[in-house]
Amino acid sequence: MSTIAEKILSRAVGHSVSADDIISARVDRAMSHDNAALVWKNFKSLGVDKVWDSEKIVIPIDHRVPANNIKAAEGQKTIREMVKLQRIKYFYGINTGICHQIMPEKGHVRPGWLIVGTDSHTTTYGAFGAFSTGIGATEMAGVWATGELWLRVPNTIKINVSGVLPKGVYPKDVILHIIGDISAEGANYRAVEFYGDTMENMSISGRMTVSNMSMEMGAKAAIIPPDKKTFDWLRPRVDGEVEGVYADADAVYEREIEYDVSALEPQVARPHTVDNVSPVSDVAGKHLDQVFIGSCTNGRTEDFEVVARILEGKKIHPDVRLIVGPASYEVYLESIEKGYIQTMIKAGAVIINPGCGPCLGAHEGIMASGERGLSTTNRNFRGRMGSPESELFLASPATAAASAITGEITDPRGWL
Amino acid sequence: MGRAWKYGDDINTDVLYPGRYLDSYESSYLAAHALEDLDPDFAKNVKEGDVIVGGKYFGCGSSREQAASALKYCGVKAVIAKSFARIYYRNAINMGIPPIETPDVDKINDGDEIELDMENGIIHNRTTGEDIPFNPLPPFIMEIINDGGLVPHLKKKLGTD
Repeated sequence: MSTIAEKILSRAVGHSVSADDIISARVDRAMSHDNAALVWKNFKSLGVDKVWDSEKIVIPIDHRVPANNIKAAEGQKTIREMVKLQRIKYFYGINTGICHQIMPEKGHVRPGWLIVGTDSHTTTYGAFGAFSTGIGATEMAGVWATGELWLRVPNTIKINVSGVLPKGVYPKDVILHIIGDISAEGANYRAVEFYGDTMENMSISGRMTVSNMSMEMGAKAAIIPPDKKTFDWLRPRVDGEVEGVYADADAVYEREIEYDVSALEPQVARPHTVDNVSPVSDVAGKHLDQVFIGSCTNGRTEDFEVVARILEGKKIHPDVRLIVGPASYEVYLESIEKGYIQTMIKAGAVIINPGCGPCLGAHEGIMASGERGLSTTNRNFRGRMGSPESELFLASPATAAASAITGEITDPRGWL
Repeated sequence: MGRAWKYGDDINTDVLYPGRYLDSYESSYLAAHALEDLDPDFAKNVKEGDVIVGGKYFGCGSSREQAASALKYCGVKAVIAKSFARIYYRNAINMGIPPIETPDVDKINDGDEIELDMENGIIHNRTTGEDIPFNPLPPFIMEIINDGGLVPHLKKKLGTD
């Protein structure tokens, strides 16, 4: 009578555990990005010489790449030195991509694994049936030293999503709708399991968007049971056979919620919270200064395919800056081969290198005071993409592309 | 005893510590930019022993530990809120800052003088004279906090202190 979270954590601790137990769990992978410099600083102060397992720590640098100032450069230099000193096997430099995209791409994600990362959107790997969650840099130093972390086994919310997505409506709209409904705090401390024919028919890319954004309703883990699609995607990327972990038929859920998305409209999160959600049509016509398409949430080839389809043969509005950031170099190359990047450039887009830059207001697309942006990223808190006096709306890549053409928030359904 | 700095609901990590300052981990840099986008006067006026009071879902957003450590480096001794976001709750503990949950944050006003009894779970509001009870933190969490955070706690456990 166990949920997926209970089963994965039972394996990680070596005996059967259930919701509300406090456990010390062994982790399968520990991911840190640019903040590995802070983890390292804390690790050194622990007085331990060697990391617990140099083949289970993964370090991609992605937040400020290439380094945007001297402070960031110093941090990245420290990380490179540490990687050599500790013989960290899986280090990915500035030419690889965003951590949450390259973790699965490079074979560091498997169904049934417990993965921790010093980034809140570590929930992304739930799209592959893993229990993955964000932790702080200091506790990561403890993981580097011991391979273990204390966790409370979460209760689980079961979400059933059914219905065929209408034209112009995408996984991003589904998850924005759910967050708007259950609120930013609605799944705080809980695991979420997603079921239903909408999820079964959803691509791996779309499932990653859903698991990634589930952080924005507070989810500790956002697990989609793996299926043939998952195994086919993972098999060329990992060694050996891949097996799923599934809930028992009589698993106990804290709450079950049903969504029918067959009549869903394109959604948007309005400033300055992610759960301030409404249909795009409610805010259509608002003038925009900047549109960003990319990030670990929506910077994949499938996203760019839709964007290129909308932008093909058109020009963006002269008052709008369109910035596009692929989630990884694999995505980047594939999108060049398919012609999506050329189409976007011809339409007037600026293509930035794979990385997190604009999403957290670090660099490569900061907004000025009084400006309004629309972005395919995952957060729109005040000042997230620059000035505290700027405004940010979140939406799907299709909504972003249509809006870049018109220069105002636009329902994409008339553009497909 | 310290002053209460009172804020509202959903105080997120971007206003607790803006992403544009995540390029360095120096304690003085962190302290200088704490809460900058929410209350530009805070970092200049906060004193050792002060406490932050928030509403529901305090610390929502990023896993950035600087949203907790910046407060520590400002001298903040506790955060009191109606509820906390999961990662922030962990980060606060790991920094040695007790996250105190109570539904009665309305009984604390901005500027009130606050004294905490962690063992018995009482917030003494010395300005209003009111005592506000809360559930004391579990012993293994208090051990981390009393040791000064996770790093000194682990050093003690690993025998490297």
